[in-house]
Amino acid sequence: MSVTAFLTDSTLCIGCKACEVACKEWNDVEEDGLAWSGFSYDNTGSVGASTWRHVKFVEQAPEPGLGGNAGEQASWTFSSDVCKHCEEAGCLEACPTGSIVRTEFGGVFIQPDVCNGCGYCVLACPFGVVDRNKKDGRAFKCTFCYDRQKVGLVPACAKACPTESIKFGEIEDLRQKANERLDELRRRGMDDATLYNPEETSVRGTHAMFIVRGDPRAYNLPPAPQVPTVYLKKAWRSSALAAGLLFGGTLLAFLMGGRDGDGRDGG
Amino acid sequence: MSDPVAFGDEAATFQRERRLDEIRREAEQRGQLQVVGVRPPGAPFPQATPENGYYGIPLLKQPPWTWEIPLYFFVGGASGAAAVIGAIADYTGADRELVRHARWIAAAGSVISPALLISDLGRPERFLAMLRVFKPRSPMSVGVWTLLAFSSGAAAAAFAGFLRDRYGASLPLRVIENAGQAASLAFGLPFANYTGVLIGATAIPVWNRNAGDLPLHFAASGLGAAVGILELAGHRKNRALQALGLGAALFEVWEGLRIESRSHHSLAPLKQGSSGWLTRTGGMLSGPVPAVLRAASLVRSDNRRLRRWAAWSAIAGSLITRFAWVRAGHVSAQDWRQPLEIEEP
Repeated sequence: MSVTAFLTDSTLCIGCKACEVACKEWNDVEEDGLAWSGFSYDNTGSVGASTWRHVKFVEQAPEPGLGGNAGEQASWTFSSDVCKHCEEAGCLEACPTGSIVRTEFGGVFIQPDVCNGCGYCVLACPFGVVDRNKKDGRAFKCTFCYDRQKVGLVPACAKACPTESIKFGEIEDLRQKANERLDELRRRGMDDATLYNPEETSVRGTHAMFIVRGDPRAYNLPPAPQVPTVYLKKAWRSSALAAGLLFGGTLLAFLMGGRDGDGRDGG
Repeated sequence: MSDPVAFGDEAATFQRERRLDEIRREAEQRGQLQVVGVRPPGAPFPQATPENGYYGIPLLKQPPWTWEIPLYFFVGGASGAAAVIGAIADYTGADRELVRHARWIAAAGSVISPALLISDLGRPERFLAMLRVFKPRSPMSVGVWTLLAFSSGAAAAAFAGFLRDRYGASLPLRVIENAGQAASLAFGLPFANYTGVLIGATAIPVWNRNAGDLPLHFAASGLGAAVGILELAGHRKNRALQALGLGAALFEVWEGLRIESRSHHSLAPLKQGSSGWLTRTGGMLSGPVPAVLRAASLVRSDNRRLRRWAAWSAIAGSLITRFAWVRAGHVSAQDWRQPLEIEEP
């Protein structure tokens, strides 16, 4: 079985949100409510329990060329965000029920029939992707269209994307395609184009890579995401020390003074 | 309805016409206009930049937990430490009444803790899904199994002890009581502090920054509360409890100084705003207040009254401290600068 990935190219995204619609329709995801955010045309804000694909509208100060706009207009780029399907996934490690698993395609999948809604995966995700549905009680995120992939179909978002901004395929192919695309963009003078794939952090790379222009932080992509298991050693060492001190201290206290001054004082 | 050009105030019309002439002149002379322009409500429009992040929308999700979880942290800490006190008091031959009380506190915690934990689940009826696997790398999984072992041991020890007091000793009862007590000691030690690991090993900056402190901090907090509850149950002359209460309070003083003396942006929720004040209130009531009261009770004649106040203070401090840390986690998750490594302007 081949290991698959998404490559989302923001230089090709036109902000149509077809991926969001396709995702919601295929996966039967509920609506997010109708509220205006005031942040460009993004009224959803982030991926969440009811938004598994989310188009970011990155509106910046006028800068000729960026986003292909005229010099006096605000530049405008779009990027379809999704679960990163980390190589070292915090949610998967944290899940106490074993509901979250790695599929044969390399994606991270929450089995909805096992999840009991403890919410710990929400705290373990360094990308803020996993979210607990308040009404349903369980945690939800992008399934990487595991059901579609199982029968050889591409994920709904990639299929619906009209500009092939969302590419889906074998992970090694996509890495190569990403590099080719970056070369092409740079040849065209877009020196600020970069590939976001945090391979050098403890997340060890993702199955959802992004081509963005400029600083990825403007796209809410963290420069150094860490899988929370990196803190385990320090925390358990402290826990062992605490247990030792509690045991030793209590033993000492009762050996020294336990027998003296016994008895209740009656109030 | 009047057309301002045709029927309006002539002076106003003249003003507008003169302004148009000015604009024309400026455009002719400089080739561009420098005007404020129309500023619609909300302007200037928010921008997504390396300084603003993505419009300042937080990357991380807030903890989905409700009040049950910080209360569970408190109950778990106090009952875990009480089980340790009870077992060691028994092994060292201390007052039987103290052992009995400590066991009942542990037993009460062994019932309340799972109830709180289960009621916070999104699907409480699926609690047992946690018992289908054991995952050493998940503090939640390790914690659930620790809770299960602790609860079984503490409840068995208290219940068998109760039956023995009431109906006389028998071999099976003694075996259950001793095994239960041993289990409540062995698992009470990690149970009293694992919640520090639980929140320490997460993506929340203020928590993972303190991953090495939280288990020690929570253990001291739990010990202070357990000693306090035992003192309120009447053991205000016990010197071992006094020493433990003093030790826990002094550790909390040190922890408070450690929080206050370090300066890192991720620690701001512990020092600023409502979560900061909650942390400081909890810290004062857990550390300096009981430490001073206990020190005074060593020399004053009305020492039992002082120890009662110290006990109340430590219990309240422990409870507030747990709520403060969870609240700080919420504030920390909303800080969009932290995960993007953007400096505060």
